[in-house]
Amino acid sequence: MNAFTQIRRNDQPIYLDYQATTPVDPRVLEAMMPYFTHKFGNAHSRSHSYGWEAEEGVEQARAQVAKLIGADEKEIIYTSGATESNNLAIKGVAEFYKDRRNHIVTTVTEHKCVLDTCRHLEQQGFTVTYLPVQKNGLVDLEQLRAAVTDKTVVVSVMAVNNEIGVIQPLAEIGKICREKGAFFHTDAAQAAGKIPLDVEAMNIDLMSISGHKIYGPKGIGALYVRRRPRVRLVALINGGGQERGFRSGTLPTPLCVGLGEAAEICMKEMDAEAKRLTKLRDRMLKGLQAKLPEIYVNGDLDQRIPGNLNISFAYVEGESLMMGIKGLSVSSGSACTSASLEPSYVLRALGVEEEMAHTSLRIGLGRFTTEQEVDTAVDELVRHVTKLREMSPLWEMAQEGIDIKSIEWAAH
Amino acid sequence: MTYSPKLIDHYENPRNIGSLDKNDEGVGTGLVGAPACGDVMKLQIKVGADGLIEDAKFKTFGCGSAIASSSLVTEWVKGKTIDEAETIKNTDIAKHLALPPVKIHCSVLAEDAIKAAIADYRAKSAKKDEPVSEGEQVAVPAK
Repeated sequence: MNAFTQIRRNDQPIYLDYQATTPVDPRVLEAMMPYFTHKFGNAHSRSHSYGWEAEEGVEQARAQVAKLIGADEKEIIYTSGATESNNLAIKGVAEFYKDRRNHIVTTVTEHKCVLDTCRHLEQQGFTVTYLPVQKNGLVDLEQLRAAVTDKTVVVSVMAVNNEIGVIQPLAEIGKICREKGAFFHTDAAQAAGKIPLDVEAMNIDLMSISGHKIYGPKGIGALYVRRRPRVRLVALINGGGQERGFRSGTLPTPLCVGLGEAAEICMKEMDAEAKRLTKLRDRMLKGLQAKLPEIYVNGDLDQRIPGNLNISFAYVEGESLMMGIKGLSVSSGSACTSASLEPSYVLRALGVEEEMAHTSLRIGLGRFTTEQEVDTAVDELVRHVTKLREMSPLWEMAQEGIDIKSIEWAAH
Repeated sequence: MTYSPKLIDHYENPRNIGSLDKNDEGVGTGLVGAPACGDVMKLQIKVGADGLIEDAKFKTFGCGSAIASSSLVTEWVKGKTIDEAETIKNTDIAKHLALPPVKIHCSVLAEDAIKAAIADYRAKSAKKDEPVSEGEQVAVPAK
């Protein structure tokens, strides 16, 4: 099995949205298949071989997931995905320890499922500190240290941002949390399998993982819950007490097996894949910069996963650019792609001005991206950005030397 | 978002892109929207001696619907008097392009752009006409 096998059909656009989701690796699918058919047993059945076989599958996968993050397999809880993991982690500890601690620290650039969970807890009477981020997207450690008090139950900071791909200083945050006696939860949906993670070295107490971001199936994720020192949670889903009582419900054996296989492949190929993707990303950025003036990378370029670029193409609105580049599947931070008509809150949090946020594209490279696809993407982007700039009144003004900020625009 | 074939056609083959000389007496320029809101339209009309709009040009920073809306109105205003052009409604634009509800504001902006261009043209011709020389016929707008 060659990892660079083309997954997409030739009539499909080039997929450059690997932070949204990833295809299931054919090797993962192969590992899953028997569990849909003859190994269909309930992993919780103790009285026959069907159950034992399924149990063996999920437990082996649990060990594979644990190994990826330097954890013990007993510390891995299967969930439906990172959204559930984030909910369980934050609500679970907040609820369990509420008599002693009622404060949560997080950042403004977290994924919506963390922010919304925090909002929910605020309504339940918890206090939440939403830390700003610096211009490069990274949290200021001194601000974080100052925000954590003896009332803080959990600090939730994402490992890698889903829009701009920046990597937060996890080990440093973990150290601060440990000193202050607060739990450290990290949403590692975009980080696991892409950068080395070690729950011991980084003092991580809770970590959320998603299957479909690491070439595994959708509908499965995991939550790492530290056993020593023990982190206790109130479950969200009650029932038969599976998953150490943290998450009842029959395990979806094929999905668990897929998550495990996906984790193992990521671990084995991480170094080589990181090098390959860094090369492709640099090729793309250099290709664009060579032909297009006034493009800006959002977020730190060094503290960043290899497979992400988030670029503002000044004077060209993101949605119209996406309409043009029909051969490419990317996503945009522009308001016009969202129902709310608000530009990306992540870019706004970096201090990217609204007019620049409207011009941004998120380009995600991944396991099946080829050099040829990168070159095609560069050509297509250059062609359409140039075309749209020709029709942009803002570009025209900029060329005439008019400062766009000097004009009094009527907000509408 | 899925768009109508008409909208996509205007986006892919925009009509009348470009600029007219804004200092030309017969040219009215409208610049509406705001970069922070994600759309800015510049629409220009050139009114001939016969009072008809003989040319129209636009440049738009905005989503596909904004580009298509402004492209469409440049087509519609050509050959019309400014009074006729002023009656173009955003609802007509939205209907013609089958704009999705979240994109209705693009058609509103296009209507604003024509109105702004017409207002600019009128202001210019009023200024030009202020010191009326004796015996000269002054073109008075119909209203």
